Formats: sequence, C-alpha cells, structure tokens
Amino acid sequence: MLGLARKLEVGVGKEFHSIKEALLVSSDYDTLYVLPNVYKEGNLVIKHSVFIQGIGTPVLDGEGKYEVVSIKANYVTIQGFKIQNSGYATLDDPCGIKVYDSHNVNIFNNILIDNFFGIYLQYCQKCIIRGNKIEANGTEEQQIGNGIHCWKSDSLQIIGNLVSGHRDGIYFEFVTNSIIWRNISKFNIRYGLHFMFSNNDSYISNVFKKNGAGVAVMFTHKVKMINNTFTENWGDAAYGLMLKEITDSYISGNHFYKNTVGIFMEGTSRIKVERNVLLSNGWGMRIQASCMENEVKCNNFVGNTFDISTNGSLVLNSFNGNYWDKYEGYDLDKNKIGDIPYHPLSLFSMIVEKNPPSMLLFRSFMVSLLDKSEKIIPSLTPEDFIDNAPLMHSLVL
Amino acid sequence: MKRIVKFIILDILKNKIILFYTVLLSILSWSVFSLEDNNTKGLLSLLNVVLLTVPLFAIVFSTIYLYNSAEFIELLLSQPIRRSKIWSSLFLGLTLSLLLAYFIGAGIPILIYSPPDVGFMMLIVGFFVSTVFVSLAFLASIITRDKAKGIGISILLWLFFTILFDGLILFMMFQLVEYPIEKMMVVFTAFNPVDLSRILILLHLDVSVMLGYTGAVFKDFFGTKMGLFFAFIVLLLWAIVPFYISLIKFKNKDL
Repeated sequence: MLGLARKLEVGVGKEFHSIKEALLVSSDYDTLYVLPNVYKEGNLVIKHSVFIQGIGTPVLDGEGKYEVVSIKANYVTIQGFKIQNSGYATLDDPCGIKVYDSHNVNIFNNILIDNFFGIYLQYCQKCIIRGNKIEANGTEEQQIGNGIHCWKSDSLQIIGNLVSGHRDGIYFEFVTNSIIWRNISKFNIRYGLHFMFSNNDSYISNVFKKNGAGVAVMFTHKVKMINNTFTENWGDAAYGLMLKEITDSYISGNHFYKNTVGIFMEGTSRIKVERNVLLSNGWGMRIQASCMENEVKCNNFVGNTFDISTNGSLVLNSFNGNYWDKYEGYDLDKNKIGDIPYHPLSLFSMIVEKNPPSMLLFRSFMVSLLDKSEKIIPSLTPEDFIDNAPLMHSLVL
Repeated sequence: MKRIVKFIILDILKNKIILFYTVLLSILSWSVFSLEDNNTKGLLSLLNVVLLTVPLFAIVFSTIYLYNSAEFIELLLSQPIRRSKIWSSLFLGLTLSLLLAYFIGAGIPILIYSPPDVGFMMLIVGFFVSTVFVSLAFLASIITRDKAKGIGISILLWLFFTILFDGLILFMMFQLVEYPIEKMMVVFTAFNPVDLSRILILLHLDVSVMLGYTGAVFKDFFGTKMGLFFAFIVLLLWAIVPFYISLIKFKNKDL
C-alpha cells in the first residue's frame, strides 16, 4: 500500500466537489486543497493523517446541527478555513473542530464563528493551535461552550489565538507540560482562562480583557505566569487573576489594570510574585490567611483603592521591597529604600473583610479619619503584615 | 415676598464671605480635576468636598446670617407682612444664593469634566445637601435665642451627620454582623442626608461593584426609577421638614 502522497483538489470544477468525497479516497500523508466555496457537508470526520489547506478561506458550515470537523487521526493539519455554526448540544458538545485521542495535530489560522465549542482537544499530545480567531456571541453560561477547550492532554502549544464571546476563553483541565503564548482572550462570559489540575504549564504574554470573572487558576502546581496583561475584569465577582490551591508557581512581569481584584489568593503556597504592576484596581491583592510562604516582592502598587487585604491576623507571607504609592515615609540615607517600614493593610480594608456591609461607608469622612490614625499608630491591623524595605520610587516595569 | 427675597439675595451676594465660599469651591474643584489623572477619581475626591465643606458652610453661614438679621426681621415684623412670609423669604433667599454659589464654584467644573450622568447627579446632590443644611440651620437658630448656643448646635448637627452617624452605623454593623442587615441599612441611610447622597453618587460610579453584596442590594433599590424617586423624596423631606418645624416655632414665637 506504500505509495507517494497525492494532492487532492476540492472545489467547483475540480476533481472533487465535496470535501467528504476527497476524504474518502485520501490516505495518509495526502494533501487536500480546498478552494473557496461554502461547504455544508454535515460532520467531516478525518481518519487519515492528511494536510488540509483552505485556499481563500473556504467556509465549512455546520448549519447549527453538526459538529463541523472531527479529527480522529495523528499528524493532521487543518489550515485556513472559516468554520461556523456548529450544533448545540450539552450531551456531546459539538465543536468547530474537535480532536479525539490524537497526537501531532496542527490547527492553524482558521476563523471559527458562532460554534458551541470552538476548538476541543481530548486525550491529545503535542498539538499546536496557532493563529486562530474564535468568536461567538454567547449571552449565558449554559448556552455556549469554551473557545479552546483542552482536556487530559499533554505538550500542547496554544499560540497567538484570539478568543471572544465564549464561556471560557481558554479552558485547561488535566493538561500538562503545555504553553499558552500570545493569545488574546476577551469579552468571554465566564473566565478568560480557566485552568484546573494542569501542572507544569506556562502562560506567557497573553491578554485577558473584560472577561466576566477574569482568569482562574486552580488546584495546580508549578505554573508560570509571565508578562500577561489582566485588564478591566470589573464586576461583583471578577478577579484579574484568581489563584486557588496553587503551589510552587511563579508570577512575574504581569500587568493588572482596572480589575475589581488584581490578584486573589486562597490556599496558595510557595508562590513567588515579583515585578508585576498592579495599577488602578479596587483591591490590588487579596491574600486569604490560608496562604503561606508566598513571596511578594519588587511589585508596583499604584492607584489601587486598597493595595492589599486579608481576612485574618496570621501572616505567613513576605511583602518586602515593593513600591507602594501610598507610602509616606522618608529616605535619609538615600539608598532608595524607605527608612520606616510600610503597613500596606489599611484599617478599613480589614473592617470590610470582617464585615462586608461596612463597605457602605466607603469614601466617608469617618473612614478616612480612621485610616489615617491607624497608619500613624497601628493597633488593629496585624503587626507583621509589613514591608520592611519599601521602595521610594516605582520600578520601571 | 418677591421683594424680600430679592433684597435678601442681594444682601447676601454683597457679602464677602459668600464670594470667598464660591472662590474656595471653584479652586477646590478645578484643582481636583486637573490634579487627578482621571475624572472619576477627581469626582471621588470632590465628593468629599461636597459632602463636608458644602454642609458645613451652608449650616454655619445660615445660622450666623439669621442671628445677624434679627433686627432686620424685627423691622419687617413691624410691617403688615405675615410671619410665615418673612421666614420663608429668608429661607428662599439663603438657599438660592448658596445654590448659586455652589453652581458657579463647583457645578461648572463638574459639568465640564465629569461624565454627564454622574456629574448631573453630583450637581443635584450638592443642591439638595445645601438646601438640607440651610433648613437645619433655621431649626438650630430658632431653638435658642443665644447666638453662641445656636452656632454650637448647628456645628454639632454637622458633626453628627458627617462623622458621628457613620460611627454609629459602623458600630451597629459590628453588633449585628450575624444578621442580614442589608435591607435595614437602606432604611437607615434615609436618616442621614449626607450618607444618602454619598451612596447615590457611588452607585453611579463604576466603583459601585466594590460595595459587594450590600452594594448590590442598594443598587437593586436605588438603581431603579422608584428607588431614585424615593431617595429624592427623602432628601426633599430633609429639606422641608426642619424648616417647617422652625416655621411653626417662628410663628408662635414671642419676639
């Protein structure tokens, strides 16, 4: 059966009129060229290792009934299509493109519009999802699936995609040794990135903007989050970055801008948070007392309503060497480090944490009085919640 | 009545203090808006100005003015004019001139710099707060004949509404932390025009999400047209009721 790889052309006036026909005759390592047209062929199942190239963005339409492309083979590349209108079903989750139990599958430069799930990978290894534009107009969480959904996979590369209007922009569950790089995830209903039980992953230089609840990273260890931007995740339960039960991770060079809560930490330990910018957030950081051995250093805290808040008096984390714009100390020896330690916790933030309704007194004169007096003589805020080496000038980040 | 009001307004506008108040407000507001890099923040800083300075000035100025015009009032009483007319004209004159000062001093920069809906709210709230505290000043000054006492009472009233009341609220919140007090708080804020004004403005800013669950309860109530209507009615009551009480007292007072 060993033969040369063939080139199959699909389109009007070509050898094949439908992709389905071409797929039927194709064998491993063939290349399919698909010319511009609207192909309404129901569910396309790819069972061989083929390279499928769309020329001039041909349209694959699921007519709101089918899963559009199902990939069930290794070494498949699909590139340059516009894939739209997949079916809607909560039982078998029809997708724009779904990859079943395969490795080395590449999904490049497609446009996916109004699908239930955009791209779905399950039990996959070494796959690359690059340069896709995934859009939907979901309004309710249960009505729409995730943009890029990865489950029980390993060594994935998610690069340069744009996801908007889905439930979760990018969803990782039981995915290991993977990278999420230079994606933009915005206007999603729930999370920009949702991350669970996924160890040893990195996400770098992504933008998460105006998602319903920001980004959630949960029950994971050894995650690296570098140079991402978390912006305008603003709402009752929205966080720039929510960390829950995370250990041994590294957060650096990220920008948190205009989030209700910049970073929310619960049950995290041994995390290093350094060289981040927390700008104009409601709360810069909320660190629950269940966190320990975290190191927060060399960050800029600028223009946040509350820089930090916590819910207990136990402090097992360190906060040294940050820049706080609310710091009012002096620097006599000119070493650019403030001579008196800084207490980043304001009394009011403590009060609010213990008694949320008291937020109602936010911006009242009495509260500013209380805060000022507490700053001068700390009595109620935990004594060791302290930055011993606050910087006089903001870091260039 | 018109002539009395006109006379009083002219008299007040000739007063250097009200000029000073206008200039002070305008310096504060212009500088707040040009110092802060975004207008929302400027508005938040100005909120404190409006909720502290405006009431303080309104109540103290009005009280002092009323005591100082005791002779003028006696003179008017010797004329065939009804007492209620005299007292109302005084109230109208004082309120209108203070509103004018507030509008020129703070209103113009607010309208220029801030987004229209919040700015408009701020303007209305400022008007209400001024009127409420003028009205309280009338009550304070009718209670006692002694000028020092009267001014003392008015300063105490100011202190109560701007600071002490919030302290009490905070205390109560901690006492009742186990109970769902959110809805009760809505009722409670009605007892303080300053708090009510502050919350009305906060709800119109995007910081409102920081108010959390309680804020959501408030938004559900004050965010609706009914709620807003209720809030304005309450503020209006605060403006009318103290004055009305003072009016009754003034009518029956042996001068």
